[in-house]
Amino acid sequence: MSKPVLRVQDLAVTFTSYSGGLLQKKERSIRAVDGISFELSAGETLGIVGESASGKSTLARAILGLIPPNRGRVMWMGENLTALDEEEMRQRRKELQIVFQDPVAALDPRMTAGDIIAEPLWTFYPNMDRVQVDERTRGMMKMVGLLPNQINRYPHEFSGGQCQRIGIARSLVLNPRLVFCDEPVSALDVSIQAQIINLLKDLQKKLGLALVFVAHDLSVVRHISDRVMVMYMGQAMEVSEKRALYRRPLHPYTNALMKSVPIPDPKLAARARRESWLKGDMPSPFNRPKGCVFHDRCPYRIKRCEADVPALRRMESGDWVSCHRAEELDLSIRNDSSDAMG
Amino acid sequence: MKPLLEVSALEVEFDTPDGVVKAVNGLNFSLDEGESLAIVGESGAGKSQLVLAIMGLLAENGRARGQAIFRGADLMQMKPQDLNSVRGKHIAMIFQDPMTSLNPYLTIEQQMTEVVIHHQGLRKDEARAKAVEMLRAVRIPDAEERIRQYPHEYSGGMRQRVMIAMGLLCQPDLLIADEPSTALDVTVQAQITQLVAELSEKTAMSVILITHDLAVVAEVCERIIVMYAGEVVESGSAEDIFYRPQHPYTRGLLESVPRLDRAEDRLHAIPGNPPNLQDLPTGCHFRDRCGEATERCRKPPPLWVAEGGRMSRCVLPMEGGRLAAGESVRADEKSTSATAGEPQE
Repeated sequence: MSKPVLRVQDLAVTFTSYSGGLLQKKERSIRAVDGISFELSAGETLGIVGESASGKSTLARAILGLIPPNRGRVMWMGENLTALDEEEMRQRRKELQIVFQDPVAALDPRMTAGDIIAEPLWTFYPNMDRVQVDERTRGMMKMVGLLPNQINRYPHEFSGGQCQRIGIARSLVLNPRLVFCDEPVSALDVSIQAQIINLLKDLQKKLGLALVFVAHDLSVVRHISDRVMVMYMGQAMEVSEKRALYRRPLHPYTNALMKSVPIPDPKLAARARRESWLKGDMPSPFNRPKGCVFHDRCPYRIKRCEADVPALRRMESGDWVSCHRAEELDLSIRNDSSDAMG
Repeated sequence: MKPLLEVSALEVEFDTPDGVVKAVNGLNFSLDEGESLAIVGESGAGKSQLVLAIMGLLAENGRARGQAIFRGADLMQMKPQDLNSVRGKHIAMIFQDPMTSLNPYLTIEQQMTEVVIHHQGLRKDEARAKAVEMLRAVRIPDAEERIRQYPHEYSGGMRQRVMIAMGLLCQPDLLIADEPSTALDVTVQAQITQLVAELSEKTAMSVILITHDLAVVAEVCERIIVMYAGEVVESGSAEDIFYRPQHPYTRGLLESVPRLDRAEDRLHAIPGNPPNLQDLPTGCHFRDRCGEATERCRKPPPLWVAEGGRMSRCVLPMEGGRLAAGESVRADEKSTSATAGEPQE
């Protein structure tokens, strides 16, 4: 593996909320991202998976400098991004881009597709030649599977999947080295999701991008990721190489997420339901459970989980997990769809 | 047994600045008492407009024609005030986004009791007791306490459970759920669809579940209708649709679900985009995205039928099916003349 381009070290973001009147002001804080570390190389994809409020989007924003972190460092090509001033950070954004979840809301309805894609060029290279910009924009449209003759159309004339292609074209127009995809397919029809995932995979190969792909569903990130990080309440529960994770998850929460993926097969779905055990909701971030944050929903908990916070530690395989019982639990996934289909 | 709901020749149109758009085009289906039916298709298939039309909730520029016989009365011909007493009381509906369906200024209690006070004339304390009971049924913890809270104090999954509880308050005969779990986490999705299934089993209530994701309905629905561009392209029992899909579109929908139980190198997508109703291909509307399309598909596809409401509308023969009366696989005189007036591509 080549040298990592991105090193995130112990990154933490805390939000503070105020309630009550002037005299009885109450201050409460939420640890949205709570000490996340990972590395990413060029041409590599990290999938980040977790439920709403697990901190995945906040993490992406903190790395891009859109939210100031409270702790930790973001090392980009050997340079600490959190120490940069605004203008310096703005310049780095040429290299670090983002694709948002809601493809329609992310596009200005009064701009044409061409203007949306070209806007970053005008922002960073205001003296660029018009013809050159036009050429580059049409080239980008072709690359993401849009027709260059759609350049003057407005977002409402495109379908959701096409709007996401416009968003991807815009994120790539500056030749970035890293692209964050924040739930890029969650708002799309299932039949279209695969198009966008396949497109991102192809583009990454072609352009040698480092990619972070955020989703709430493990089945969606499987095809595009080299490694997967599973987040819960701002913390990493597990960071594993893809093949290992989908064969034998190390953390009970990963296992629970896998069991909740819907299966398009009535018999298998019925069996999966009998085996699934994740009940209830994530606890309120104001009432973080003591010990392991997942212990109150975990069927494998022991006394120790209620008191001791498990550290994220490296297993023999090289994968990372934060569970006291990772060595003794066998959460292997049985892959026997064929016999049930009979 | 007489069906609870029988929809026939339903059409929905919208007036838009670019002309009339046909969202639903001659739809027929029936639903038995206690049955659960899924209506599946991509955006623009007309699945939501279909139920909005039945409920008399179309947008102002929309028009509906056809019949929707519910318990012997045609919903399409009903006066607004009569329809009002059917909605909420006999037919309940839950929508995709639980946050926009709840009023942020009212407590859950105020919103839930309103329904039973209006429809059943209960006293306030009776209504409250009933609301708490329903919240317990949908597994809201500490229901007595939490009923006093506002929607923002609930998580997304809990809000959708509140919507379901609200829908069930009047013990409706039919629950229509329009993408009830799409806006939710995958972990909560499973809980919500499972809850709907359990409740329908327990209460003999009929359910119509609308979704773009076949995987979501695999276990919970007995019968499935697949829609494309305002028309039904295939229907059958859940077993038929999942284990013996006939229409290339249905197969495409099934294959596009990413699965953890199979190693796939590349994900399957249906090529192209969901149908643009203003610019549909002639003949089979799916043909420009279909891997099996031939010249023949430029003509309207024939209808294949079998027992139990099983049907497929495709030039490919249906396994165990026969051509419906008056249909023919070859391009006969009738269908040629029907398309002759349209511009040739």
